[in-house]
Amino acid sequence: MKEAKTIVYPYIPNSVPAVKERMLKEVGALSVDEFYADVPAELKVRGGLNLPKPFLSEYELRRHVEGILSKNASCGEYLSFLGAGCWQHYVPAICDEVNQRGEFLTAYAGEPYDDHGRFQALYEYASMMGELLEMDVVNVPTYDWMQASATSILMAVRITGRREVLVPKSIGADELSKIKDYCKPWIELRLLDYDLETGQLDLDSLAREVSSKTAAVYFKNPSYFGFIEGRGEEISEIAHGHGAICIVGVDPISLGVLTPPVEYGADIVCGDIQPLGMHMQFGGGHAGFIATRDEEKYVAEYPSRLFGVAPTSVDGEYGFGDVAYERTSFALRDEGKEFVGTATALWGITAGVYLALMGPMGMQEIGEGIMQRSYYAITKISEIEVVRAPVFRSAHFKEFVVNFDEAGKTTEEINRELLRRGIFGGKDLSREFPELGSCALYCVTEVHTKEDIDRLADSLREVLD
Amino acid sequence: MAVNVKERRPKMRRFHQAKWDEPIIFELCQEGERGILVPEVGEGIRREVGDVLASIPQGVRRKRPPRLPEVSQSRVLRHYMRLSQETLGTDLNIDVGQGTCTMKYSPKINEQLVRTPKMNEIHPLQDEQTVQGILKVMYMFKQILKEISGMDEFSLQPGAGSQGIYANASIIRAYHEERGEADKRDEVITTVFSHPSDAACPRVAGFKVITLYPDEDGYPDLEALKAAVSERTAGLMITNPEDTGIFNPKIAEFVDVVHETGGLCAYDQANANGIIGITKAGSAGFDLCQFNLHKTFSSPHGCGGPASGPIGVTEELSEYLPVPVIAFDGVRYYLDYDRPKSIGKVRAFYGVPPVVVKSYAWAMSLGAKGLREVAEIAVLNNNYLLNKVLEIRGVYAPYAKGRRRIEQVRYSWEELSKDTGVRSEEVGLRAADFGVHYWTSHHPWIVPEPCTLEPTESYSKADLDEYIEILKHVSYEAYSNPEIVKTAPHNSTIHRIDHRPLDDPSRWAVTWRAYNRKIGKEAEA
Repeated sequence: MKEAKTIVYPYIPNSVPAVKERMLKEVGALSVDEFYADVPAELKVRGGLNLPKPFLSEYELRRHVEGILSKNASCGEYLSFLGAGCWQHYVPAICDEVNQRGEFLTAYAGEPYDDHGRFQALYEYASMMGELLEMDVVNVPTYDWMQASATSILMAVRITGRREVLVPKSIGADELSKIKDYCKPWIELRLLDYDLETGQLDLDSLAREVSSKTAAVYFKNPSYFGFIEGRGEEISEIAHGHGAICIVGVDPISLGVLTPPVEYGADIVCGDIQPLGMHMQFGGGHAGFIATRDEEKYVAEYPSRLFGVAPTSVDGEYGFGDVAYERTSFALRDEGKEFVGTATALWGITAGVYLALMGPMGMQEIGEGIMQRSYYAITKISEIEVVRAPVFRSAHFKEFVVNFDEAGKTTEEINRELLRRGIFGGKDLSREFPELGSCALYCVTEVHTKEDIDRLADSLREVLD
Repeated sequence: MAVNVKERRPKMRRFHQAKWDEPIIFELCQEGERGILVPEVGEGIRREVGDVLASIPQGVRRKRPPRLPEVSQSRVLRHYMRLSQETLGTDLNIDVGQGTCTMKYSPKINEQLVRTPKMNEIHPLQDEQTVQGILKVMYMFKQILKEISGMDEFSLQPGAGSQGIYANASIIRAYHEERGEADKRDEVITTVFSHPSDAACPRVAGFKVITLYPDEDGYPDLEALKAAVSERTAGLMITNPEDTGIFNPKIAEFVDVVHETGGLCAYDQANANGIIGITKAGSAGFDLCQFNLHKTFSSPHGCGGPASGPIGVTEELSEYLPVPVIAFDGVRYYLDYDRPKSIGKVRAFYGVPPVVVKSYAWAMSLGAKGLREVAEIAVLNNNYLLNKVLEIRGVYAPYAKGRRRIEQVRYSWEELSKDTGVRSEEVGLRAADFGVHYWTSHHPWIVPEPCTLEPTESYSKADLDEYIEILKHVSYEAYSNPEIVKTAPHNSTIHRIDHRPLDDPSRWAVTWRAYNRKIGKEAEA
């Protein structure tokens, strides 16, 4: 009988049989089984795992994985107008250059000495976000925008000692689902109406629901539907008038042209940094931020790590470390604030690179350019008779809702026909917001040219003819 | 005569970490410089839309540009290259010192596989027929996790281990709600040597948390568990092997005791590196489990994410999983939203797909035999390290005396500390002078002056010998010249940090603007 071939694995240096033998001998063990003496025999896997045959050579592995992934069609091959929380923006080459550096890519939880660069890069990320948001405290990023808003809500609940949370019905279904699950034991959620004409939060509805039991009012600006909420100041005044906290979710790439929410009274600002240098990655590029003023009662409620600057024993040398670490679950387990762990630090570093490259002018120009393109798209699409765009009569940033009630075809059918023409149409909202009829959420960014938008409008016209 | 360089090399590596004394990015600002230009919108669009900014309601239009730094492109790059050099990634060091973190080699091929337009430039809401590739990888990886864990169904949605633990706590809550027992069953039991999130996450989900302490020998205490369970028990959420590297031999009995009272059992498999292919969560009777793909499954840690924390459950609990679940009907891969009892969304869209691709590629480069080799060599390396560390003066391995360990060991420098006044933390700062990490332990420090080492399968015998030499050297210094240890690091990027401002609200500064306001130029003015 042929002897089973011994494999030496390139990732496992001590898989060399002679080395293994020598090490076993040194520890006085006959075989590795001895190390598993505490694992009861009846719990042990017998006969090995039943897994597909491996691709032992790197070449075969590459062929295999590339072969599968080649079945994906990218937003470079198709013309995409999808957004709804994940957005196609240009990623500067330097962003990828920095986040693929092995030092950053493979670091983890080292001390502020051996990982000084990690601390500084994340401190600078928070600092640049702080300028964009005009707030003094920004966390090391959490998982995504919906974790950021759910945690912001719980922070407000803890600060006020109240339970009621008011959120407009115009929030996306996924985010609402996240808030309902994550905050369940701690809040009573009340949904506020929005004006079906303008999309704006209904202030009467807010006035009816707000009370001395309200912990927070949370709204997004730009909204999930892409319009700009124009009455932030009135909303925050109403909230503050009842001792409630005002939380605003914001798309950071809008902040070159839109005012930072703190200016109209936001106490906690949250959102997602995916637009700032992260590829879409099928939803893998998300990272959530939470920002507040520098008040102890706010800082004390963050579950996330916060990095601060500190002096060292050498004059003029910057050191860094954890601010108010004793509030975290790392320090206090179940007595800490929510929980902290690995989340999305590399995307934080990357967003820092993005903001450093863009500078004040870049952020202003990109914000304006996005608005110009989306307004152009609105104009072109609304020229099609049977289509209504935008659904909401308000100013918009990069997304807007298109209504197809008069189109004679459902949004699903329209999207299928656009797909055949190499276009990903906007997200179908028909089931998510039945009150809006047959609708889609379109997204236009700086990656779209006039020709791209004209092609969309022409294709829509063709499909609806 | 030629000098014999080789013979003159000292025993200890003459390491010095990069030290660039790099300013804060704002200090590099030169008004007017640009790092990148954005695409022009063009005359055609501009003419058509006019002044779009005028449409923004007054109170919402930004009045002054954000005070971001203005820096040219090459200077931005140089800044971040320098910061990267001042970061000790696993690519650079013998990373056995960050115990519980499973710092293994992250293969470069896997990184290349995801950094392509076919992965980077796909939107989660694309038509399913245009994303069959990524859905297939996610589905097949799910099948691999099922086989490794013995669980019936998986969600890849949680964004990291802690979010996976949270999702499991939420499922436990939903399960008892369904039975009308949510009000009654309000307690989750964990052990102190399980990860802090096994205590913190169920608390967020609304449970009261009971923490069990080990028995005298360091094993999870079955009698303590029996005393803790009651009709109020909703579930058990634990790590095994625990942070001590000790496998709980009575794990199946633990599960039975909790099941008998009507509770569910969740297995935190963040660190499955020593037991993959050896034993399964399902075999011990667990109802739920989670893996950390950035640990056991080799996806790089990224300074703390992006990560992924898939959760596995029994058939009975699969209806509670977050939506959507990746499914396959024999012809096409699709997103299954049809789960009326689902806890809903845990993370945006479907989780962190690039991390899943990297982990899939890693598992497919090894296969069943290779994965078992991973576990066995990780455990061999650990026991080799244990054997050698115990020869070093001043350190010991508490608990389970004379027993082997699985993938890591929690050591104690109590004796060294008593003898020399050198604390465990200081041992680590001195070790950094030789180019390695060293981690003490999660709080609370049940083990005095702790340190946790986890060598994984990625390091050779020579690597382990070098790490041991470093610890031996630091111990020797602590006994012969403690000052050098107490004032370390000496060869690092920076020197001893004054931590006091970080806990002082009047001085802490989480952003540069806060620093300037409190301490820097604005405060002086």
